[in-house]
Amino acid sequence: MNQELLTVKNLKKYYPITGGVLGKEVGQVKAVDDVTFSIRRGETFGLVGESGSGKSTTGRSLLRLIEPTSGEVWFDGKQVTSLKKDELRPLRRDMQIVFQDPFASLNPRHTVAKILEEPLQVHNIGTPAERRKKVEQMLEIVGLNSYHAQRYPHQFSGGQRQRIGIARALMLNPKLIVADEPVSALDVSIQSQVLNLMQDLQRDFGLTYLFIAHDLSVVRHISDRVGVMYLGRLVELAPSEQLYEKPLHPYTQALLSAVPDPDPDNRRERIILQGELPSPANPPSGCTFHTRCPHAMDICRTVRPEFRDIGGDHFTACHLYNE
Amino acid sequence: MAQVETQTVVQSKEKVSSPWRDAWKVLRKNKAAVIGFIIILFFIAIALLAPFITDYKYDEGVLTDKNKPPSAEHWFGTDYNGRDVFTRVVYGAQLSLWVGFFSVIGSIIVGTFFGLLAGYYGRWIDMLISRIFDIMLAFPSILLAIAIVAILGPSLQNALLAISIINVPTYGRLVRSRVLSLKEEEYVTAARAIGMKDSRILFRHILPNSLAPIIVTGTLGIATAIIEAASLGFLGLGAQAPEPEWGKMLADSRQYIQKAPWTVIYPGLSIMLTVLGFNLIGDGLRDALDPRMKN
Repeated sequence: MNQELLTVKNLKKYYPITGGVLGKEVGQVKAVDDVTFSIRRGETFGLVGESGSGKSTTGRSLLRLIEPTSGEVWFDGKQVTSLKKDELRPLRRDMQIVFQDPFASLNPRHTVAKILEEPLQVHNIGTPAERRKKVEQMLEIVGLNSYHAQRYPHQFSGGQRQRIGIARALMLNPKLIVADEPVSALDVSIQSQVLNLMQDLQRDFGLTYLFIAHDLSVVRHISDRVGVMYLGRLVELAPSEQLYEKPLHPYTQALLSAVPDPDPDNRRERIILQGELPSPANPPSGCTFHTRCPHAMDICRTVRPEFRDIGGDHFTACHLYNE
Repeated sequence: MAQVETQTVVQSKEKVSSPWRDAWKVLRKNKAAVIGFIIILFFIAIALLAPFITDYKYDEGVLTDKNKPPSAEHWFGTDYNGRDVFTRVVYGAQLSLWVGFFSVIGSIIVGTFFGLLAGYYGRWIDMLISRIFDIMLAFPSILLAIAIVAILGPSLQNALLAISIINVPTYGRLVRSRVLSLKEEEYVTAARAIGMKDSRILFRHILPNSLAPIIVTGTLGIATAIIEAASLGFLGLGAQAPEPEWGKMLADSRQYIQKAPWTVIYPGLSIMLTVLGFNLIGDGLRDALDPRMKN
């Protein structure tokens, strides 16, 4: 059996910018630009980056909820990107998604029972009685009660709804769950509960997570390896501890220095980035980070740094580490 | 243990407040809507019970008794053919409600179908459907109806069909706009992530969440359709004699308006009341179903 559950090769998603009366294409927004990584069985792969860096687009492209422009996604030995719509359907059982907004991701007109039963109905799994039983079991597993099944989403709190969202993703016994900022819409006190639940579930069901977030401390808590995205590209990828102890890419360094420290006496140097995130419709030449990079050199303005292994499972795309 | 569980299930079932049930509660508290309901139920009742309410025939008159004022024998008087106006108004309720309901149902079915297609699939399908709707809406609707009836020939059935056709774009656009916003909802994305087919997404997720505005517009649309049917009848393009359609009755009696005003007043009043009733219900439904009104 292959060690890698999911492999993403040169994934790109460009959105056309249309203008004029005839809707001619006048440019492209490179939401995801040449992203390559792989996720191992049973691990949690964290994907971080600021808003607009393309992390959600990456997550949804590899489930083909968004059609990628180009690139390959291999899941469990099958090439997801080449499958037809109907061929994709059975594969959906193995890869699921948990959404950020627990208020928007549940149909307000459906009861919890209906929401959770639907995945089973769609894939013709079990008899109605078996399905109902599975729904009740799943509610207990995610920390709710079986009698909650008859209620509507609006009768739950945000944390409870997120548990329902997780339960829905689990109904099909998936191998991979893409968690698209699953806790960023929740109160801090609830965040840890949901994170702990997700970790318990990972252990019990042998799940693999792609965990998308912008909160670095959340990602550190849960991830085995972390990828950092900037302007549609991966700039650094390393095992979690290594990334947090010894970040290499100047962007990662700046990002980590912005994480609040609970100790007020601990004075650290903060790296304050200048300027705004450049527009992905018109990214800077060479290394896309050179406009804000404190270590920018001449080469950074012209040559795009290669994303490469610099030893110890640590990848980065930066000219500082070429020799 | 098992017993305890089933008990809690039963208990919680009673407390369930589904979105539709909530709307019904709000609606019941709305006095105007309740009055609207009473008016419409009243008209539905007399339409259904017409043969039991009156002994006269709507198409047979006694010519010696023409244009008689209201009396104990003829509650609403008689018309220029000596027919009982009350009887004709009662039977007219059948026709108007029939036209109102079925033309709107027709418009909703066709409009919803095309609206779903246009909104969900977008691209050239949307382009084609939306432009056709635009063209239809560019005509004054009653003029378009007249044109359609002129082609098909004047009759109540054809008037119903014409009214149905001219109102299709209203529902089509409404549904299209709902679909456009709903298909971006995350629970629709979730449905796709589960592996659900488009048809199931459309009918399980998108359509049920579009129903509220369709119902509101449809209820108000019944009122409009009744007026349009009456207008076509008045112009001689809808119901044909001796059908007791209210608009037709107005047209036939208008030359006697000074001599026998009751022949015009009662059908006119009936039109007004049914339209008012449907409008009151429609407004009440709008308030009850509008999520922004929720507290």
